[in-house]
Amino acid sequence: MEHAVADPQAARLLWLIPALPLAGFVVNALLGAKLQRAFGKRAVHAVAIAAVAAAFLVALACFVELLGLPAEDRLLHQRLWNVFTIGRLSVDFAFALDPLSMTLVLVITGIGSLIHLFSVGYMADEPSYWRFFCYLNLFVFAMLLLVMGDNLAVMFFGWEGVGLASYLLISFWYSDPEKAKAGMKAFVVNRIGDFGFLLGILVLFWALGGAWMPRQGGGLRATDYQPVAELRALDGDAAAAPAVAGVKVGPTLAFRELRDQLTIEETGVRKRLDGMTLWGVPVLALVAFLLFIGAMGKSAQLPLYVWLPDAMAGPTPVSALIHAATMVTAGVYMVARLSFLFALSASAMGWVALVGALTAAFAATIGFFQYDIKKVLAYSTVSQLGFMFIGVGVGAYWAGTYHLLTHAFFKATLFLAAGSVILGCHHEQDMRKMGGLAKHMPWTRWAYLVACIAIAGFPIANGFYSKDEILWKAFTSNHLALFGVKVPWLGPAIWALGLLTATGTAFYMYRSYYMTFSGTYRGGPEADAGHGHGHEGHGHTPHESPWTVTSVLVILAAGSVLTLFLGLPALWTHAPPLFEHWLEPVLAPATKLFEFRETDHSLEWLFQGLGVAAAFAGWLAARALYKDGRSEVPARLKARFTRAWTVVYEKYYVDELYAFAVVRPLARLAALLAWFDTHLVDGIVNLVGALARFASAISDVIDRYGVDWAVNGVANLTRGAGGALRRLQTGRVQTYLYGALGGALVVVLLNFLLQ
Amino acid sequence: MTITLAHYLVVGALLFALGLVTVSTRRNAVGVLMGVELILNGANVNFVAFERFGNGLVGGHVFALFVIVLAAAEAAVGLAIVLALFQTSKSIDVRQADLLRE
Amino acid sequence: MTRRLVAWAAASLLVVLFVIAVAAVAIAPAMDGAAAPRPGQGGFAAGAFYALAAVTLGGAAFVALARNILYSAVGLLASLLGAGALYVLLSADFVAIVQLLVYVGGVMVLVLFAVMLTNKITEVNVSNRSFGLFGGLLLFVAMAPVLVAVALLAPWRARPPGPMEPTTAAIGDALLTRWLLPFEVASLVLLATLVGAVVIARKELKAD
Repeated sequence: MEHAVADPQAARLLWLIPALPLAGFVVNALLGAKLQRAFGKRAVHAVAIAAVAAAFLVALACFVELLGLPAEDRLLHQRLWNVFTIGRLSVDFAFALDPLSMTLVLVITGIGSLIHLFSVGYMADEPSYWRFFCYLNLFVFAMLLLVMGDNLAVMFFGWEGVGLASYLLISFWYSDPEKAKAGMKAFVVNRIGDFGFLLGILVLFWALGGAWMPRQGGGLRATDYQPVAELRALDGDAAAAPAVAGVKVGPTLAFRELRDQLTIEETGVRKRLDGMTLWGVPVLALVAFLLFIGAMGKSAQLPLYVWLPDAMAGPTPVSALIHAATMVTAGVYMVARLSFLFALSASAMGWVALVGALTAAFAATIGFFQYDIKKVLAYSTVSQLGFMFIGVGVGAYWAGTYHLLTHAFFKATLFLAAGSVILGCHHEQDMRKMGGLAKHMPWTRWAYLVACIAIAGFPIANGFYSKDEILWKAFTSNHLALFGVKVPWLGPAIWALGLLTATGTAFYMYRSYYMTFSGTYRGGPEADAGHGHGHEGHGHTPHESPWTVTSVLVILAAGSVLTLFLGLPALWTHAPPLFEHWLEPVLAPATKLFEFRETDHSLEWLFQGLGVAAAFAGWLAARALYKDGRSEVPARLKARFTRAWTVVYEKYYVDELYAFAVVRPLARLAALLAWFDTHLVDGIVNLVGALARFASAISDVIDRYGVDWAVNGVANLTRGAGGALRRLQTGRVQTYLYGALGGALVVVLLNFLLQ
Repeated sequence: MTITLAHYLVVGALLFALGLVTVSTRRNAVGVLMGVELILNGANVNFVAFERFGNGLVGGHVFALFVIVLAAAEAAVGLAIVLALFQTSKSIDVRQADLLRE
Repeated sequence: MTRRLVAWAAASLLVVLFVIAVAAVAIAPAMDGAAAPRPGQGGFAAGAFYALAAVTLGGAAFVALARNILYSAVGLLASLLGAGALYVLLSADFVAIVQLLVYVGGVMVLVLFAVMLTNKITEVNVSNRSFGLFGGLLLFVAMAPVLVAVALLAPWRARPPGPMEPTTAAIGDALLTRWLLPFEVASLVLLATLVGAVVIARKELKAD
């Protein structure tokens, strides 16, 4: 049902929000190199920053407009043009801003502008400066499409666009093979997720009655449910779909139409979907799970998280913008956006929460033992994303989204402060060569500290409020299920895991803080001997970064504190948190589908106390181990080596083993495939055989490495399939033609046979 | 015997199939391009026939025209590539033009 | 020589048998129910259709099978002319003229130019011949019956064709209204083609 909103003024400006970064991208892409040559770098970043900042201003105007509307009418909608109409499916290129997407748009353009500003200082020495800003603008554009898109098609477009921009930016320094590979890895792993996402969209389309041809028989509402794609449909009267209860019923990709179909009982859509199965799986769970695979890829969840740590090869502002604040949260946004769909399937919710919890814990353990400051932050990002998925998984959609917001602030601060440190230490990322930076870089230090406080979960900054709400909701949830079976203990189990993870989070964040900022500087000339190029001017002592960097840090750190007011818990104020209230109209269709357990206020107080205690525990442990740096820590570490180091090393070994475990089976796999390939006659047999090989190789991996089987399996499949398919690439057009024809033939024949 | 839509479709199908055979078996790049022209013609026959036996407007004709336009463009670029290939490798055997491999 | 003849004969037999088999098993039963003949179309049109279809397909077969690339070109000419004439039968006068102008006039000349410019008149000799022959046959045997079966079996919603009318005016209208954007885009494509063809085909100048 289209909301008949009396087109507010700002709605007509919606297109400007993504169009401005797009314009910045186009200008810099076409003219950037010339601008840089003619007017210097100033012209390049002026264009890029102006574009994003202008988009932010438009977004602010929209925000004001939205605030002025009554809560349930808060929707700005602009339909630009019709992309295609097939049968009864009509897909518009349309934008919509409701409280949820508005939040994201403000984060993207606001934090995006700040990070653009930061990049001015950070990338000052980069020769292809214009290319960087050009990609950055492209990313902002794609991300805005993803968030503002009014239907799954536009969202998917943006989804792919951010993948592309992320790839371009990770491998920004493409002449370094490591970095180019990291970009490729991110792209390929994301493709797996995207494939799931696309499959989810298609299954959803099918389930809603979309079909490529008339179906025989037909189930419920056979007459008006079978949208036969008439030849005449192209003539423009396709929109005349049958309407039930004032809602357009039938295949659709638009979020609002989907929501209305699924949540308004009279349409009968939900009854139909509840009974539907596909390949023996309830179709709703299947759709939700497939879509969640997309989220796993984009948001780096457990089986598919591997790309994110490697993505740190990109420039630090990119890590902050794309791989912490915005893009990686796209999956969370998608689940919140489709909350009405996920909420219909308790199994899907259970899986989302479980995967989130496992990822959070798993990534946090790896984070303990990293020495590269950016890697610590990367694993911390994966872990925090896990928290968000716990939130949206257990049904606390607002809390998950709120954590997304708070995480955007504090993690952007952390990354940018790390960038500032890296800049100050002359492109050194190893924390063992830092230390004592507090006196050299006071601004950076305070910003980092504030963000640490936020992420660790002390109640004086925003992280506590979101994380605590998520864990509380996880504990009180009692509607989660796995495989269709209700699992009442899942919520408390997730809560326990989350609390442990929170302790760990505080530990490794403070560890990184103390290693970097306390004690004495461990870098210096002797550690830096082989690194004499380019920095003669400012010697080898660390130095504070320029004002473009520090001012951004200050603003973001302030944001990390101030946003806490959006989420003051109801327990304290006896009113729903501001942010929950703000998102309520969007999330109500989902949240009214289930109930959280009612409990005592005292229990909630106790749990908040536990959260703070966890933060303290982590902090104190890190302080005991790592404060002061050079003088004492080596001695203490050595004392602990014998006892703790075995454990430490074991954990660290997981990380090493992981790379090791991927490489060796792969070499064997490649050898097997090479042998296999030479004995093949045709491509189809080749593929079937290769799959069988994968199966055996995967089971081999399971036998040997047990725990990591899922991770390895996915990685092997990708790399192995790549290796196998590479051999199919003969470089001769005609071979490819045979392949294409074979495929077409199979499709046609299958079509005949299946009818 | 009345000529029905199916007759034309069969002609189109056979043109298409013969075009495919040409494309896939020729070693001479010019021959491959000829095969492509046949394929496009097969499609065009279908377009026009569907229009004639369909709703009788001119959409199919317009499509056919666009196909012809693109075929002309494809022939021009394709043959230019053939010439360039000939200039560099003194041969227009498509089986030897596999520099992109690996 | 004899081996090749035997191979050809065997392959042709295979094709014929396969087509007959497909026709007998799948197509003929379906045809029984479909397409009740309608009176009103003269024998002339039918005869013309068959003759033109024979020219078109014969030319195409020539393209596919001729050993000499020049003969192939002549076959292509015949095939294109035949297709153009089929368009006339389908009341598509404008398309037929364009076919004549663009294909027969333009593309054919281009093809012949390319042949002349690149070849010592005869085609590069076909080594790997058996693969060429059997691969092609295999492809034909796999593709053609499927396509033909689709053409014959699918329940097309055919309508009786209307009277033959000139279409030029209608096409002009359509191109400048509904299809205006594709029309303009096509002009851009042509421009790009023009530039691209020149850039690709010119002899490389000294790098500066």
